[in-house]
Amino acid sequence: MKTRSQVLLWTAQRVSAAVLAVCVLVHLATVIYAVRNGLSAAEILGRTRGNAGWAAFYTVFVLAAAVHAPIGLRGVLAETLDWRGTGLEVTALVIGLALALLGLRAVYAVFI
Amino acid sequence: MSTLSVRVWRGQASGHFEVFDVPRLESQTVLDVVTHIQRALDPTLAYRFACRVGMCGSCAMTVNGRARWTCRTHVARVAAENRIEIAPLANLPVVRDLVTDMTPFFDKWAKARGRFRGAATRRDEFARVPPESRGRRVADAAIECIGCGVCYGSCDVVAWNPDYLGPAALNRAWTLLNDVRDTDNRARLAAVAGDAGCHACHTQMSCTERCPKQLAPTASIAGLKRAAALAALRGEL
Repeated sequence: MKTRSQVLLWTAQRVSAAVLAVCVLVHLATVIYAVRNGLSAAEILGRTRGNAGWAAFYTVFVLAAAVHAPIGLRGVLAETLDWRGTGLEVTALVIGLALALLGLRAVYAVFI
Repeated sequence: MSTLSVRVWRGQASGHFEVFDVPRLESQTVLDVVTHIQRALDPTLAYRFACRVGMCGSCAMTVNGRARWTCRTHVARVAAENRIEIAPLANLPVVRDLVTDMTPFFDKWAKARGRFRGAATRRDEFARVPPESRGRRVADAAIECIGCGVCYGSCDVVAWNPDYLGPAALNRAWTLLNDVRDTDNRARLAAVAGDAGCHACHTQMSCTERCPKQLAPTASIAGLKRAAALAALRGEL
């Protein structure tokens, strides 16, 4: 992989981390709110279904995670298993796509 | 008078620890201990030192698991229960006993383009660089490195990633990046960026914690990361 691409991956890692920091805090707040107020699953879905704003928020959350996790895993796998090359890059990409797919599927189920 | 029980690495990459009993003296340094062993107990012990007063960095070894200058490490500081373990500096090939081959360390220094390249000749005027200028202050904060290898021997990423240039080489590249006279910085930034360069650093800061000259290679590496990201986004990398 070219140096410029590696640097852009690192930059994407940092930017997605900043996005995730905000998203995680908001998500934690909503979870605590739901638990504290004893909301049932049906009640939660009653509030989330058809809610465009929250759908947008969680879409951003999912995409940030789908960017952040594979780049990080790529580094961890390279350092732990001494793994480098196309195989590693493809694995990281596949994990990113899988996270995006599963996450967006969940967003669809909860918010659409 | 009490006695120190000193475990010393003997051999190469494979070898063993040998135990020596060394008389404990006041204000004794770990280098004093190693010297005593070689002079009085076992002349075949190989070790390296030069100035023995904390200026040259040649005596760097692993003492009780941490890289230190042995001439600047008082036995009183490290010999809990009168025991010390002395091994060669980590992350480098072992020549014999406590002597390491510093070649990879300096090869990476060269790979990071840690060498000044200027455009002026003897016929030109001296460059005028105000010491208080931003670039010079940044460079001066990191310039005192004497290449002792303690940071390199302390770095986990160096241990995990054989291509990683390491804190010292990257720190030196950062000083040159901030040198207004240097003309090689575009190539230098490309040399220090990426998976084998500054971006492999995880900010664990063992280098900064252990540098005997109180330098902060982590800060230099953070500077390189910023510079590389900007250059990549601008299409200059």
